[in-house]
Amino acid sequence: MEPTLVLALLEPFNGYIYPNEYFLQWELLIVLYPYLTGLVAGAFILASLERVFHVKALLPVYRLALLSALAFLIAAPLPLMAHLGHPERALEMLVTPHTASAMAMFGFVYAWYLLVVLLLEIWFDYRADIVNLSNSKTGLMKYVYKILTLGATDLSPEALQFDEKAGRLITIIGIPSAFMLHGYVGFIFGSIKANPWWSSVLMPIVFLFSAIVSGMAAVLLIYMVASWARWKPIDMACVNKLAEFLLYAMLVDFTLEILDFIHRLYESEESIHILSQLISDRLFISLIISQVLIGGLLPLFGILVGRYGKFPDEMRKMFYFLVGILIQVGIFSMRWNVVIGGQMFSKSLRGLTTYKVHLMGIEGLLVSIGFLILPLAVLFVLLRLLPPWLNEKSEEKAIPVA
Amino acid sequence: MSMDMNDPMEKGPKRVGRRKFLDLVFKAMPAAGITLGTCGLSISSLRGEEEKKLEPPSEKNSYAMAVDIHKCIGCGRCAYACKKENKVPEDPHTVRTWVERYVIPVEGEALVDSPNGGIDGFPELPETKNILKSFFVPKLCNHCANPPCVQVCPVGATFQTKDGVILVDEKYCVGCRYCIQACPYGARYMHPVKHVADKCTFCYHRIAKGLVPACVEVCPTQARVFGDLNRQSSPIRRFLRFNAIKALKQELNTRPKVFYANADLEVR
Repeated sequence: MEPTLVLALLEPFNGYIYPNEYFLQWELLIVLYPYLTGLVAGAFILASLERVFHVKALLPVYRLALLSALAFLIAAPLPLMAHLGHPERALEMLVTPHTASAMAMFGFVYAWYLLVVLLLEIWFDYRADIVNLSNSKTGLMKYVYKILTLGATDLSPEALQFDEKAGRLITIIGIPSAFMLHGYVGFIFGSIKANPWWSSVLMPIVFLFSAIVSGMAAVLLIYMVASWARWKPIDMACVNKLAEFLLYAMLVDFTLEILDFIHRLYESEESIHILSQLISDRLFISLIISQVLIGGLLPLFGILVGRYGKFPDEMRKMFYFLVGILIQVGIFSMRWNVVIGGQMFSKSLRGLTTYKVHLMGIEGLLVSIGFLILPLAVLFVLLRLLPPWLNEKSEEKAIPVA
Repeated sequence: MSMDMNDPMEKGPKRVGRRKFLDLVFKAMPAAGITLGTCGLSISSLRGEEEKKLEPPSEKNSYAMAVDIHKCIGCGRCAYACKKENKVPEDPHTVRTWVERYVIPVEGEALVDSPNGGIDGFPELPETKNILKSFFVPKLCNHCANPPCVQVCPVGATFQTKDGVILVDEKYCVGCRYCIQACPYGARYMHPVKHVADKCTFCYHRIAKGLVPACVEVCPTQARVFGDLNRQSSPIRRFLRFNAIKALKQELNTRPKVFYANADLEVR
């Protein structure tokens, strides 16, 4: 073999990349960020289906969805902060933001969503329970709940009615906010004209629908695991309904992604050659296999069969559970393909680079797994503090099992 | 040396030997410098640049660079000088300016390389028969008039000076790297020690004193030209007047202020 050929095989690049493009700028942590915020938006939109659109079958997962959204929201900015070259300057984005920057606006969208939407909605929804808990608990927890009431201990029918009205209003505000939260994440990528893989007006909307899919699937998984852990039966009417909505969201998501693909192919801009090479040489496994087949078509097929096939409930549950996991694989792959894929080709449009995940280090696999476990730990604490199943008995009475 | 060999010189008409000639030249140099100086001339002025006093940045100036691709010989002195002048880390993947070599075969795709940014020169081409043409293209930050990097910076750490130069405030940059993603030219990198975005400054510390950027200063063929677009007598105005000009990735509406003469279709 000629020495040049050996070198070419060892070289992790094809063609030419600009010297400064050798290292990827955004790594695994930045893959986690859109993934986690997507779960927030999806979980919240699921909750709003019950609250605003009165899909009563989803009541068992309503509070769980809200708490999941909060847990993911608390964890979402952490990988971003950890990734900064100067994390100690992170607050500058809020104190002295550059208003033309899509990224600077994240702080405000995040703060709005956390403080105005999620925390308020959860507080109004739980207020009566918190007051009751502050009366029934003893010791330190009594005072924790007392603080959480914020002094509003009125449990009169008028006060409860106000809670209900306020909660509904916040959810109505919350839906566009959730759309904004994740649509905006798509905008961060979609508005970068320098990068033809990212630069697409469809990016925010593709992100949004993939967020809805991943959030719904996450709540489905959390609900099933929580029910198993509590030795409680899974409400089949609820998971069936959830599966239906998941199917609709997946169909829209898949259609949008196909549209994006066809649009690029048909427009056939200057970048089409390098992007085709990117898909066939670098992203084949993560895009074609993992995102489209394993994480896209397979769960789509699975949920169709699981929901509308003639199976006993136990079998149906297994279908839903597997579909939920496959969807997470698919959506995580989608985030990977956007973030990492978008940096694997040179802006000279002449070459490809590679990326290898490290095990250790701040951008490493272990830290990333930690950031994925963290929201689940936060959720565990939240579930202990504000159990979503406080009024389970009354719910069982209210909903006839389908 | 024997006395015999010296004899004819002493007897014949008075001639100046090599040693004597160099001696005279060295002695005359300071005197010539003073003469030129008193006449208001300097090396820079001979090159069409005017010395000016240190001035704060002003809207009166609009700095730009131009590159004549036909003149570039790919020596990489510019890339080397930049590293030295600006204390750019020696890593070959952190460069403020670099030189690309384009080799366009009679048939097939163009080959482009830039080993170590061109600092060490370029390796021999393996085959020379089927080459249609080959040329070098120096690259750097384009100091865009409509800079995407400035637009995306979440804290305004990267900014446009009044005289049109794009700079990074390293005491303010949070190191999010969004600007690196937004730059279409690959002109930015993450400083491995300072952990902030870094890039070409047009040697702002030099141009503020009326000097030209280091890369322009050292270019042996004057392939790089620097100047003030707002000044009639600026060498860059002359360059733009007498050459057909192209800028990189104009379709992105970044309005670059690095101009290229004699750029091939393949240059991007």
